[in-house]
Amino acid sequence: MRISCPLCGPRDRREFYYRGAAVALQRPAADAGEDAWQAYVFLRDNPAGVTRDLWYHAQGCGAWLVVTRDTASHEILATELAAEVAS
Amino acid sequence: MRIAGKGLLDRSKPVAFRFDGVRYEGLEGDTLASALLANGVRLMGRSFKYHRPRGVLSAGSEEPNALVTIGRGADRIPNTRATVQEIFSGLDAVSQNRWPSLAVDLLGLNDLAAPFLGAGFYYKTFMWPAAFWEKLYEPAIRRAAGLGALSGQADGDVYDRAYAFCDLLVIGAGPAGLMAALVAGRAGADVILADEDARMGGRLLSETGAVGEEAGVSWAGEVLAELESLPNVRLMRRTTVVGPYDQGTFGALERLGHHLPHRGGGPLECFWRIVARRSILAAGALERPIAFRDNDRPGIMTAGAVRSYLNRWGVSPGRAVTVFGNNDDAHRTARDLVDAGVHVAGLIDSRHDAPQSDLFPVYRGAQVCGSAGRRGLENITIRSIAGEDRLQTDCLAVSGGWNPSLHLTCHMNTRPHWREDIAAFVPAPGAVPGLSAAGACNGTFSTAGCLREGAAAARAALEDLGRTAPPVVVPEAEDDPYRITPLWAVAGRGRAWLDFQNDVTVKDVKQAAAENFRSVEHMKRYTTQGMATDQGKSSNVAALAVLADVTGRSIPETGATGFRPPYSPVAIAALGAGGSGKGFAPERQTTSHAASLDRGAPMIEAGLWYRPSFFPAPGEKTWRQSCDREVRMVREAVGICDVSTLGKIDIQGPDAARLLDFVYTNGFGSLQVGRVRYGLMLREDGYVMDDGTTARLADQQYLMTTTTAAAGDVMRHLEFVTQGLHPDWDVRLISVTEQWAQFAVAGPWARALLNGLLDAPLADGDWPFMACGEVSVMGVAGRLFRISFSGEHAYELAVPARYGEALFRELVARAEGLGGGPYGMEALNVLRIEKGLITHAEIDGRTTAFDLGLGRMLSSKKDFIGKTLAQRPGLLAADRQRLVGLKPVGAVKLITAGAHLFAAEAEPLRANDQGWVSSTAFSPTLGHQIALGFLSRGPERLGEVVKMVDHLRGVETLCEVVAPVFFDPEGGRARG
Ligand SMILES: [Zn+2]
Repeated sequence: MRISCPLCGPRDRREFYYRGAAVALQRPAADAGEDAWQAYVFLRDNPAGVTRDLWYHAQGCGAWLVVTRDTASHEILATELAAEVAS
Repeated sequence: MRIAGKGLLDRSKPVAFRFDGVRYEGLEGDTLASALLANGVRLMGRSFKYHRPRGVLSAGSEEPNALVTIGRGADRIPNTRATVQEIFSGLDAVSQNRWPSLAVDLLGLNDLAAPFLGAGFYYKTFMWPAAFWEKLYEPAIRRAAGLGALSGQADGDVYDRAYAFCDLLVIGAGPAGLMAALVAGRAGADVILADEDARMGGRLLSETGAVGEEAGVSWAGEVLAELESLPNVRLMRRTTVVGPYDQGTFGALERLGHHLPHRGGGPLECFWRIVARRSILAAGALERPIAFRDNDRPGIMTAGAVRSYLNRWGVSPGRAVTVFGNNDDAHRTARDLVDAGVHVAGLIDSRHDAPQSDLFPVYRGAQVCGSAGRRGLENITIRSIAGEDRLQTDCLAVSGGWNPSLHLTCHMNTRPHWREDIAAFVPAPGAVPGLSAAGACNGTFSTAGCLREGAAAARAALEDLGRTAPPVVVPEAEDDPYRITPLWAVAGRGRAWLDFQNDVTVKDVKQAAAENFRSVEHMKRYTTQGMATDQGKSSNVAALAVLADVTGRSIPETGATGFRPPYSPVAIAALGAGGSGKGFAPERQTTSHAASLDRGAPMIEAGLWYRPSFFPAPGEKTWRQSCDREVRMVREAVGICDVSTLGKIDIQGPDAARLLDFVYTNGFGSLQVGRVRYGLMLREDGYVMDDGTTARLADQQYLMTTTTAAAGDVMRHLEFVTQGLHPDWDVRLISVTEQWAQFAVAGPWARALLNGLLDAPLADGDWPFMACGEVSVMGVAGRLFRISFSGEHAYELAVPARYGEALFRELVARAEGLGGGPYGMEALNVLRIEKGLITHAEIDGRTTAFDLGLGRMLSSKKDFIGKTLAQRPGLLAADRQRLVGLKPVGAVKLITAGAHLFAAEAEPLRANDQGWVSSTAFSPTLGHQIALGFLSRGPERLGEVVKMVDHLRGVETLCEVVAPVFFDPEGGRARG
């Protein structure tokens, strides 16, 4: 599998660290309540289809990326900098 | 036998080799199979289950029968296809799966037991008693039914791995692949042309037809010469593309050393990862046999293989050859043999409308229904309307038609399509993104069709790549229609073989269907059809057709079994190249590494780092002696320890303090310039992630230290927070772990030592506990931190890494002048356990700040990572296992890490488990064993005696629960 880092270009997936769903970017407020925090930290979808997850270009530029990909076809549909998605 | 005037080999280059100890001679360019056939050797192996005598079926990597072991001793390689192995001077090949010899195989008794070994026998026989399976049945079956064996010794061969990138990968160098590579190569695209064969040309090497004005093989030679001359084209011979992966990545195995008598230390194989923007599959097609009674006798092979042996290697596999087919292509074999002067005893064509010939007798509408001969074919039985007839023959060339080599198009889970007109499966379009199929692997069997499709596929790829296709004229070539009438199995009694390698017969498939294993996937598993190392390349389609027939369905209705990577077997050693032993694992060494080795310090791994365990002094015989001395040295004089392996992260910017406040549980906003603070980090789920100190070097500059183990994790975490959660914050991070060498100077004489070394002595009152600042060390700008991991009055002195070694040697020399010296990891560990300081033995991912007695460090005044979930009731429950100290109070004085804790009178059972021991040490300061551990309600139980039980080592020790800080609990020594 290869991921196109917006800063470095297409690279082998071995250069990247996988974290999980991009939900991690939507951190609730401290007082958002149990349900919001439970969902943020523990609840994850497991789609057969399009998913967005976080990858860290550990052996490259150090950028966190949001990768949109299809878990069924393995097609990578988009790669964005997490910093741009989050701001 | 070798045929005069035939073949592409140089008759003046003989090569001597051995097979089963007998010396033979072949020619340079021979495979083991062609050389043995040239010497009249037909028997090359024994079948897997029934130990039936077998010869070659094919002339390529699909070979199911002729598997041999190459070489002897540790480097021997089993299950090598004789059809692929090139001969070289001194080649030593041995047949396998027979005892005592290939000719007299006593295990052939299995063949007599055949009625009991049919489909599903694994599931039906040997079921009772259950205990017998593992101990008796399975080992016995495995011994009798096996392939070649490994030596059991370490593999001394060298394997390599490599990476390549290209615009266009062309898989297969037959007419389609050559044409595609030529078009793309002339267009200037970066092209890789890979072929599993030692010689490129594909079927052109085995056929006599012309391409353009010349012989096909000459045309191939000219194209290859041009491709060789193009700097943008790379030809990879002996390279099998074994599987496609995501985003245009392909795995390929290059065989570099199997054909060489001496490799000179070079690799045997190289596993390539090739990344291609576009790819063309031009893998050709594989001929399939027809099942009939005893169709597995040595001398019976595919018709295309006979043409290969004749036209490429100049060998006729027989003196009186017969041909059996259901298509026009089979007739070529008979014509080529006659042209070469070989006697063709007859061509048996199952079609009533088969073409006639005046060169050899044609038996139209006839079938071969049996064979006979001892250890090899002597005659066949032909059945036609006229009845049965026998024909003397020592070689039968069989063609049941051709199956496109579409394997790679199935690897990403796409099933092929059935084409009725050619009675074969073809690749589903788009099966592998970026890949298109051309030529025979796409169901186009004529040479002209292959050339046309290869050129067209290359033009389409060039268009995708944004390149202009050059004008290339596709040469004229044979363009015969492919006429076939399906015939899969000849009806009749006896055993007709489908899967030669796994010994699966037509009867087995019928039996599976009768027992309701009607799904092709069930049939496959029940009979083991197609599950051998050849993945049923020559048998799957026929087996499917037989299943379709007996279940009254069409082939497309019955389904198709897919193929999985690798296309042909790949040794684990090749996949793991660079990964055996230390492999490419980097070694991280501190600047004091050489100085530590000079002092005889044994090194211990800490992640990728190497750190000294202890520094043995003259006369010391055990590590404990050295460790105890080093601990006393730090407590009584001064010790030097390299602490450069701790992660160091430089954090700068107006929002640096906000970041620290957010990732640490305790407040950092109030930290003054020139001061250091201990901080605790949580994961978002509320558990502790890491701890360490952070120094404020300047108004907007902080230096964070992490534990050695978590340095990478913390860096990644900070990057996530700054990029993913707060991209608005103006703060920058960089790891400076390797830029600074840092040494602990610890002990009552630490200050005296530094005052002698630093260019300006430390002014009284300017350097209280947890102070930091810039210092000048013999003219070098350094940093000094007054922090302590030993509980003593201590400093950490940092200089740019290039001065590290010199500073270490200087510090050690000065320490020795004060009655001290260097100390290693063992003493460091004892010192911190005496002080109840935690490491990742305690921060093991399951402990909370509350468990560690650090609950008060969770600020209530701010939000921070992990704050909300750290408040979960379960993480604050009073009966959680919490940090305590332990010391032995009974007769047994040993406390072992990993042991569990129980109430003194309780049975040491899991149900009674109350905690465990995380760190232990002998304390030379206190004169007894001490330990840190986690005990349910621990801090409430100080003074209680609990029972430590180490079930693994058989140790049981009564321990008193004490506070985790054993030495100087007030901390006066570090502060004073
Ligand atoms: Zn990058």
